[in-house]
Amino acid sequence: MLSLILNRLMSAIPSLIGVVIVTFLLTRALPGDPAAYFAGPAATEQAIAEIRAKLGTDRPLIEQFGRYVKDLVRGELGQSLTTGQPVAREIATRLPASAELTLIGLMLAVILAVPMGIIAATKPGSAIDHVTRVVSTAGVSLPVFFTGLLLVYVFYFRLGWAPSPVGRLDVFLSPPAHVTGFYLVDSILARDGEVFFGAAKQLALPALSLSIFALAPIARMTRASMLAVLSSDFVRTARASGLSPAEVIVTYAFRNAVLPVITTLGMVLSFLLGANVLVEKVFAWPGIGSFAVEALIASDYAPVQGFVLTMAALYVTLNLLIDIAYGLIDPRVRLDS
Amino acid sequence: MSGASPGALAHARYVIGENPVTGFAFGLFVLILIAAILGPALVPYDPLASNTSRALQAPSAQHWFGTDQLGRDIFSRVVVATRLDLTIAVASVALVFVLGGLSGIAAGFFGGWVERIVMRIADTIMAFPLFVLAMGIVAALGNSVTNIVIATAIVNFPLYARVARAEANIRREAGFVEAARLSGNGDARIVLFQILPNVFPILVVQMSLTMGYAILNAAGLSFIGLGVRPPTPEWGIMVAEGAAFMVSGEWWIAFFPGVALMLAVFCFNLLGDGLRDIVDPRRRT
Amino acid sequence: MATPALLVEDLSVEFRTRGGVVKALERVNFHVAKGETVAVVGESGSGKSVTAYAVMGILDPAARVTSGRAVLGALDLLQADRHTLAGLRGREIAMIFQNPRTALNPIRRVGDQIADVLLRHANVTPNAAPKTAIALLESVGITDPARRAKAYPFELSGGMCQRVMIAIALAARPSLLIADEPTTGLDVTTQAVIMDIIADRAARTGMATIFITHDLGLAAERADRIVVMHAGHVVEAQPKAALFATPRHPYTAALIAATPGSTSRLADLRTIAGGLPDLRAADLPACRYAARCPRRLALCAQPLPALDAAQKTALACHNPLPVERAA
Repeated sequence: MLSLILNRLMSAIPSLIGVVIVTFLLTRALPGDPAAYFAGPAATEQAIAEIRAKLGTDRPLIEQFGRYVKDLVRGELGQSLTTGQPVAREIATRLPASAELTLIGLMLAVILAVPMGIIAATKPGSAIDHVTRVVSTAGVSLPVFFTGLLLVYVFYFRLGWAPSPVGRLDVFLSPPAHVTGFYLVDSILARDGEVFFGAAKQLALPALSLSIFALAPIARMTRASMLAVLSSDFVRTARASGLSPAEVIVTYAFRNAVLPVITTLGMVLSFLLGANVLVEKVFAWPGIGSFAVEALIASDYAPVQGFVLTMAALYVTLNLLIDIAYGLIDPRVRLDS
Repeated sequence: MSGASPGALAHARYVIGENPVTGFAFGLFVLILIAAILGPALVPYDPLASNTSRALQAPSAQHWFGTDQLGRDIFSRVVVATRLDLTIAVASVALVFVLGGLSGIAAGFFGGWVERIVMRIADTIMAFPLFVLAMGIVAALGNSVTNIVIATAIVNFPLYARVARAEANIRREAGFVEAARLSGNGDARIVLFQILPNVFPILVVQMSLTMGYAILNAAGLSFIGLGVRPPTPEWGIMVAEGAAFMVSGEWWIAFFPGVALMLAVFCFNLLGDGLRDIVDPRRRT
Repeated sequence: MATPALLVEDLSVEFRTRGGVVKALERVNFHVAKGETVAVVGESGSGKSVTAYAVMGILDPAARVTSGRAVLGALDLLQADRHTLAGLRGREIAMIFQNPRTALNPIRRVGDQIADVLLRHANVTPNAAPKTAIALLESVGITDPARRAKAYPFELSGGMCQRVMIAIALAARPSLLIADEPTTGLDVTTQAVIMDIIADRAARTGMATIFITHDLGLAAERADRIVVMHAGHVVEAQPKAALFATPRHPYTAALIAATPGSTSRLADLRTIAGGLPDLRAADLPACRYAARCPRRLALCAQPLPALDAAQKTALACHNPLPVERAA
């Protein structure tokens, strides 16, 4: 088991190196001279050259890369032009908002999609089977920002069930004491029911938008892999051995069927982290996605770079966890490594 | 697996007969194509002409999809936008078809360091959440429609490169390639005349499967304000413009472009599934 | 005659497919007595496995039993509800399959898979189950059973997996074992060992065995009685020696002629002309062998006589080979 984890950690390293190189190259591809940009339109040629020297952009590329890596190791992601704040700090304070939203969205999707896929596969032709098939085709076609807006219209404007789609918490409530940065968790730790429900209400629609988007591939894969496993030889053996239907479906079929679903989660997470940006924009969610969007519009590059890097690092880490979870379930992977 | 043999045609008819949804998708596709080609000539209003006296009107016989905050006819804008949205998606898919397809074939055919470099690039791209990488690329290259096309192509690169590599790899050892080599054909000729025609149908399926994603990706980028600039009619930006009005009840501004977007993506996803069933029945799920 | 371990009567099964309704079994009749080993032989597609699956109640969802009964003790398995059936399977009637490596759960330790069945059927406590499982592994001739119990199927050889399958099937001491091509794909030595284990258990416990195979030679070695199936029909049943000495159905005779070992010279081996009829056709002939049969008469278009499942012999032919024919 330990060797599996080490093995996977090692294999994540080239990915991380690639991520660092790509984010570095993206800065270098920036059109125009960042020094001129920093200096402003009124700057003299000499002032620009000074800033260039200060930024280090007059140095050879490889040396710049060395500095970039050194800064990264120290957790230095540069300064935001518009806010003047260090990007690293800004991202650190905003990350929990994005992480909470993404995780709740993913959890919702899994909780809905996996049983849907299982029922669809065990009762082919049933109503749930048809619903699953429609949802899994239509769900991937729905632009996530459009789903979000439709939900806002129905649940906020029409029904009035949801709060105004702005931010993580009603302005009249104050955030719970910071422990994890996840409002749901922190409010429970603070034993503050009002804040908990306030946060949950704000979270409901954006998380639902994300989960509708993520639901489709998970339900589709669960259904397909359950169908394949249910017609497999070993499920036939389990049935012929008279094991109870629940035991056949859970211990024998599902544990095998879940393996391809776990693999799919990697792809789903890639979509989800991207969709997160769009949902944050729709719901004015104070996460790193909306931070990056604001910076993008203002052509403020350092925050965007920090954002891309953070997201990629997050994604590589989550994929690593997925690989390890897979190995925990599948002895063939565990014992081969 | 080669293109249009009578067997493939019969199989195509069978797949469409078996799955009427594919037929529906094909009808939708024709409709989208008509809107894209003839759109500007068909619409009742100038998509850019604002008329503040008719701002924010709900859908009516006069304005089927209503009007936006500047009094522009949303139906006209949605139809005219088809061409731009489709062009971005087609251009990016065509670009990645050539880039990803060729480098994948090269990787699968030559192996060695070519394969290592191509696959390392693909793996590195896959290490990013794709939409996030697309944002970064557009930010770096500059905020323009061309760069949206390029970014969308780049994030799809791994899919094409991997499929093409796998297919080329299988066929490298196939009998007909060996025969061609023994009869004195060079590598270039073998790739061009033996490998490419065989990998082509599979890449075409990949194209229609990724068209939907390309449309979504491009619309997502313009939704957050990248690429297309107002007042150009484009679905993503139109949804963004209508977003603010959702909370005050003027749903139609964002709704109709959103539905157009959804239907287009839906159509290409279904077509992709249907086409895959025709070209490669084994991969049905 | 004593009450048989299993009596299958008038069993008909259909499959609904895209290409039409496949009449996979039509009025299949046979029985197996207590302690008896009956081999069911026939080409692939003859309905041997479908018969077993129907009896076990593990048919594909596309299949439908359209007539008949399968009586085990006093119970008709085809009418039993799901729970009764699940309680019987593995306890009274067990089955082993071909391809042992895919027939075991790939991500569960084999000891646990045996324990699952023990806990379900054999009144074994959760604490005692692992030990009993190890004892079962030992009883099917697995060396170092305590270590093997912790292995996953992919770590074991095909023959080893088939022993595990047998241990699972025999865990609850069933009164009937159905072995569906249990040795196909195994090497010859392993084949013999596997068959010996089954025969040994049957001899010691009085377990009845239905042994499904396409290999008439293997059936000749291992069975007391042989039931020959062709295209979803039982065409002939006889005790082994009688069947080889005086095959009555032309198809049986052709099968024997096509089996190595029954003739002295390889040159005498025959192939059977033609193939199985399309079982989707609406107008299947009364005798599904007629199109391939050298002894076909005009009479052969008439319905065949009904077979009696309780009899030791059966013959579905209008123009059988004469009894006095020299072997």
